[in-house]
Formats: sequence, C-alpha cells, structure tokens
Amino acid sequence: MIYVENKDLVIPGQVLSDDEYYSGRGTFKENGKVCSSLMGLVSLRNKKIRVIPLKSKYVPKKGDVVIGKINDVRFSMWDVDINSPYSGILPAFEVFGREKKELNKVYDVGDVLFLRVVDVDEIKKAKLGLKGRGMGKFKGGIIVDIAPTKVPRLIGKKGSMINMIKDKTKCKIVVGQNGLVWVKGDEDMEQLTKDVIHLIEAEAHTSGLTNKIKNKLYLAIDGELPPEEVPEENEEEEEFVLEKPKLQNFKEELEQEEREAQEKEAEEIKKEKEDKPNIAEVIEEFKRKNKKDTTLSYGDNSNNSFILNNKQ
Amino acid sequence: MDIVPEITRQSITNLVKNDKREDGRELNEYRDISIETNVISKAEGSARVKLGGTQVIVGIKPQLGSPFPDTPDLGVLMTNCEMLPMADPNFEPGPPSDDSIELARVVDRGIRESELVELDKLCVEEGKHVWMLFIDLHIIDNCGNLFDACELAVMAALKSTKLPVAEIVDEEVVLSEDETFDLPINNELALCTFVKIGDKMVLDPTLDEERVASARLNVGVTKDGRICSMQKGGSKPFTKDEILGAVNIAISKTKELIEYL
Amino acid sequence: MMSEMIRQDGRKFDELRPIKIEAGVLERADGSAYLEVGGNKILVAVYGPRESYIRRLLEPNTGVIRVRYNMAPFSVDDRKRPGPDRRSSEISKITADALRPALMLENYPRSMIDIYIEVIEAEGGTRCAGITAASVALVDAGVPMKDIVVGCAAGKVNDEVVLDLSEYEDKEGQADVPIAMMPRTGEITLLQSDGNLTEEEFAKAIDLAMEGCRQVSELQKEALMKKYATE
Repeated sequence: MIYVENKDLVIPGQVLSDDEYYSGRGTFKENGKVCSSLMGLVSLRNKKIRVIPLKSKYVPKKGDVVIGKINDVRFSMWDVDINSPYSGILPAFEVFGREKKELNKVYDVGDVLFLRVVDVDEIKKAKLGLKGRGMGKFKGGIIVDIAPTKVPRLIGKKGSMINMIKDKTKCKIVVGQNGLVWVKGDEDMEQLTKDVIHLIEAEAHTSGLTNKIKNKLYLAIDGELPPEEVPEENEEEEEFVLEKPKLQNFKEELEQEEREAQEKEAEEIKKEKEDKPNIAEVIEEFKRKNKKDTTLSYGDNSNNSFILNNKQ
Repeated sequence: MDIVPEITRQSITNLVKNDKREDGRELNEYRDISIETNVISKAEGSARVKLGGTQVIVGIKPQLGSPFPDTPDLGVLMTNCEMLPMADPNFEPGPPSDDSIELARVVDRGIRESELVELDKLCVEEGKHVWMLFIDLHIIDNCGNLFDACELAVMAALKSTKLPVAEIVDEEVVLSEDETFDLPINNELALCTFVKIGDKMVLDPTLDEERVASARLNVGVTKDGRICSMQKGGSKPFTKDEILGAVNIAISKTKELIEYL
Repeated sequence: MMSEMIRQDGRKFDELRPIKIEAGVLERADGSAYLEVGGNKILVAVYGPRESYIRRLLEPNTGVIRVRYNMAPFSVDDRKRPGPDRRSSEISKITADALRPALMLENYPRSMIDIYIEVIEAEGGTRCAGITAASVALVDAGVPMKDIVVGCAAGKVNDEVVLDLSEYEDKEGQADVPIAMMPRTGEITLLQSDGNLTEEEFAKAIDLAMEGCRQVSELQKEALMKKYATE
C-alpha cells in the first residue's frame, strides 16, 4: 500500500507506504511503514521511495566539486569554508607537491577557489584538492549563493538551463555542488545572471522553468521575447526531481576565459569608456520594470504576511 | 566574523565606482520600507520596521521612578538594544556587544538631543515621581543598516505610545485604569546611514556593502532640518567634503523617511 | 456536565485559543517560524546544522541542538530585564529535551543546531507555543526529523479540566499540565505539571492536551504546505 504519488510534497513524519516498499534517502522505516524524514518531493523508482529535500545543508562527498573560500592559512594547509557544517582543508602538498612555498603568497584569506573533494574522513572533514584542469582561484566575477538542493535545477537536463543562460548573457558560470555559483562577465550581465539564478532557486519545483527563464533573459537583454520555436513538448517532462547534478566540463572554458580576460583587459584600456554598450540602459530599464514584476520579486518579502498586528 | 570573499569586495567596489549597487539601487536610494505600529498589545508603544530584509521590533514600557537629582522635573529615557542571535549567524547570545551598545546609544542620541519627547510633561511630582520610558530595540533579522531601521522603529513606537494618567492622591501616585494620554512629542527625526566604499558614499548599505565598507557615518536630522546626532564608525577616515555631502543628502532624505511615519 | 461550562474568555472546555502559524519569515536564519496563539506572539529562528567552536558540546557520532528561549523586555505587563533568568534557562532545557527525540542527526556528526525562541508577547502557554513554532522552523531549515513535535497544555480551572490555559486561567487556575508530543506515534516528549490534580483529573488533562496537540499539528502542516506548495 502506498499513500503518496511521485513528486508529492511531503513533510517529516508523514507515512509514505507500507512494508512492501524500500526506504531510500530522506525516509526511514518504523513499525513496517516507510515515513519521510524531510520536507521534500517524493521520488518513486521501482519499489524504492526517496524524499528529495527542498532545503538541506551541503555535506561533503568524495568526488564532488565545490566552491570554497579560504578562511585561514596555516602551517601546511589552508582552511576552506565550503558552505557546509563541515569545513574543508586544502593541504599544501595538494597544491605544490613536495616543494616548499609560502602558502599565503599563493592563496590568501578571502580568496575563492574551485576545488574537488578528494576525501571525507569519518567526522566529515573534507580534504580538498585541485586536481583537474580549471580548478584553482577565481579572478573577478561574483559569487551567488543558492540552496545546494537546487543545483541540479540550475544546471538543467544535460546542462540545458545553465547553457542557455551562458549563451544569452555571455557570462562564464561555474556551479559548485555546495550551492555556490561563480559568475563572470559584463558587470550588468553578472547582476542579471545573479537575479535569474535566484529566480530559478525560488521556482525550482515549478514546470516550464527553462522557457520562463529564457523569456526573462530575452526580454531583459533584447527587449523582446525569443523568436517562436516549435515548443518542446518534453519541457514539461523536464526533471524537477533534484538529483545529483551531472557536472559540466569547465576546464577549457576556464582556460579560455583566462586568455580572453587578458586580451580584453588590454583592449579595454585602449577603448576605455568610448563605446560603453547600451546594454547597461537596457538592464536599468529591466530592473525598473522588475520592481513591479511580482513574478520576479522573489527576494522581496512584502507579500509575506508575517503580521504582528493585533487588530484584525 | 565572516570573511568577505575577495571577489565580492572587488565586485561591490567596482559597482559602486560606476554608481551601481548589487541590488540595482542608486547610491542614495533606500530599500523598501514598511512600518507597523501597535504590534505588541502589552507594550504602551510599539512598532515593527522592515527595511529591505532587515527587521526590528521596538517596544516601549513606562515605569514610574525617581528623577535624576539634576533634572527633578524631567522624565527619563532609557534605550537598550538586543542584537538577538536569531538575527544573524554571527550574533552571539549573551550581554550586549559593543556594536549593540553603540547602536542603542546612537539611536538614543538622536531622540534625546532633538528634545522631541517633552520630558517635562512626564513629571508626575517634581523631585519624586517621573515617568521613565524603557525603549527596547529587538533586532530580529539583520540584512544591513540596523541604525536607520531602529531609529524609524523608535520614532514610530514613540508616536504610538500612550501612558496612563497619573495623579497624586494623599502623597501616593494613583494610575488611572482607563484614562491615557499620548506621549507628548513635538518633532520627528530620522537617521541616515552612509558607508564609504572606494571613494563613494553609499546610503542605506546592505550587509555585504557594510562588510566591504571602510567607514560609516550616521546622521540624525529632524523634520525641520536640524542635525541632532552624528557618529562616525569604521576603521578609515572621511574627508570633510564627504561628510558635508552626506549631511546634505541626509537632510533631504530625512523628509522622505519621515513620510513613512 | 463540564462541557457546558463557559470559560472567562468564552471558550468551551476543549477549545483552543485562535492560532496562526507561518513558516519561513526571516531572511538570514536557515529556518524560521512565527506563531500566534491567543495573545502570544512567538518568533523562532534555526541556524544549522553548523560548525561550532564550543567543542565540549559536540558529539562524535551525531549532531546536537541548543535552545535559547528568551522573553522580550516588552513582552509582559511589567518590563522584564533583558537576559536569561532561571525560568528561561529551564524552559530552554526542557524544550531541547522535547525536540530531541524527533531529530535524526546521525548524518551531521559534530555539528550544532541553534534554536532561538523569542517571545515577542506573552499570554500564557509560551513554552508549548515555542516548541510548536520551533518544530516548524526546524522543518523549514531542512533538518531531518521523525516527526513534527507539537506542544499544548491542559489544566484545571474552577475544578474543571480544560484545554490550553490563557494567562488569566493560568494565574487563577489550580493546575497546569503542558505537554509536547510526536503526533504520529503519540509519544510524549515534554511533560510538566504544577498545581493539584487527582489521578483521574491528570489522566483527563493528558487526554485533552494530546487532543489539543493533534489539532495544532494540523495547523503546523498547513503552515508548511502553504509556504512551499506551488500553485
């Protein structure tokens, strides 16, 4: 006997099924019943029930890629904040092997890095490394912070969402599985991308989100909706079950970005403000409109009815 | 204390350099403000203020007490602030921190120095019984610029305060059961807080802006444009022009803020 | 019959005061909730699981919780001095004990969850209201739990056993029995009693309080669903 359907929203303690089902992540078994331990969405596969949380703290797992901030430099390692109840360490030998160097000359407190979780010990402390190209310190850009459980939604099926955003905004985007996202591009585009990422976070469990985001971006950047396409029927199908994200290959992108950045810098110095793209105006316009556009006012608490008022 | 990522520092600084901000505001623009009064029925005056994501609640409780010997015919104001650990992951439970005391004192100074509360009308019997107003600031959500949110909340709470009518009968103070009077207030005041980022002054800073700023300036101005309180905070200096510029903006912004009261 | 008795505020013996619960009301906290019951106004914030530097509080194979119950100076008729006192320390402790049986923190060893309960305004029954709101805030923070703990009190007023005492009834009454429970299993996670009760009255009070808990539990669920359900 099962009491819920796939994608149902459930809460802790809710009975999901009788004994014939297996208890997966986010659930537990008690007295022959499978119950939810979280607030989240039901995922049914075969006879296994899982609950995918709406919100949860990032717990490091071996092999994950994360974005971390150097919190302290010590004798032979860096302490890294990885947006988790557990901090990470980046041992010096992961960076320079046996060579001896001054750690803070390489990465200093406040630096933000793209890292891999090399190992997690029994008390969940994460050992981090930089193996793999594209790993290392970010230069410039902004950090956007989202719920780690929303990361797969931001990436989308086979990267559909993130690639669309990248194409449209011309920003470089790197997503850490710990819910931190690095965005770099034109200053206004960075801000627009940040807004859009937060919108995806807020509406992660709604359907047709990719198109909605696409429309927002086109409207903001071109001032008009994207050209009519044959609507993709499977858009509705698109996962909102939040699975472990399929990671993209950032390495070449990052290297190229480095190269481009240097070239651009040289160019920009030449150009200076000469032909400041009118994109800034468009964005301003967008933002102005945005203020009244309630669908985009995710950060706004004004419709939150938390009222302390006694008179009623 | 949380360490600000270097790239966040850079991006905020660059934005401000180009007269932009991370939330799309102008440098001299406030976030959305909402004020509700009479939110606590057990308090004689109260208000809740939201300034963007920042939220504070102020409650005012009067008590009869003895006046200070040098002002035997004046009521007493006491402002106290609790930066609740609820409001910010970096706030610790325990006795008020230096920040919390500074906040309470800066907010208090504006109210006190503008003399907008008519303290002489809070005297019940000279030298013996005066009203003491306890103004308690409760910080419940810190998204930056607690100063201005608190001053607005105190101002709104004072305006909503009703005190029981007190009489002296046979040398005893007798409080009326049902008769109250409005706290006598003769002016209005707002606080405008600026931070310095790069070489620009930014009004109503967000949390990240506060964290990357090099210095802070609070300017308390009354409705009629008198400057009643100021405070400089932060580790770096200001130029005289920066200060005068901020004062000028504060005087015009105060009018805007007072509209919300 | 006692069911005919009308109480000072017009309620029936088994009637709760009006309740309003809202989940996710604060920006900074990982989870939060606001609750009004009668004249009580309670705000709860949850932070964590997070790292803690107070090593001695941590446990090697599970996460731990810390509760701080605090009353605003303006929450009561006579201004309360800010800061903890013996009463609030006790309530903090028993609240932690009441919530702990529901928490599943094995996946968060050596971490800490901080639960901050702020009584903005008090009108009798703040400890139960605090527990009810804290559970909602914990769910909002994404903390794994076996059940959503809920609190409610029964008591004795004018020789009658009644549900959910108001401040007036608490002062004038003969006994107060606050409980908290896990509604799915009916297990009781908090129990206090003060005043005078016969064995029979006590049994009746427990039954009444448990029934009250079940009603409040439905409102907790509603508040959570309202916050997160789309469309």
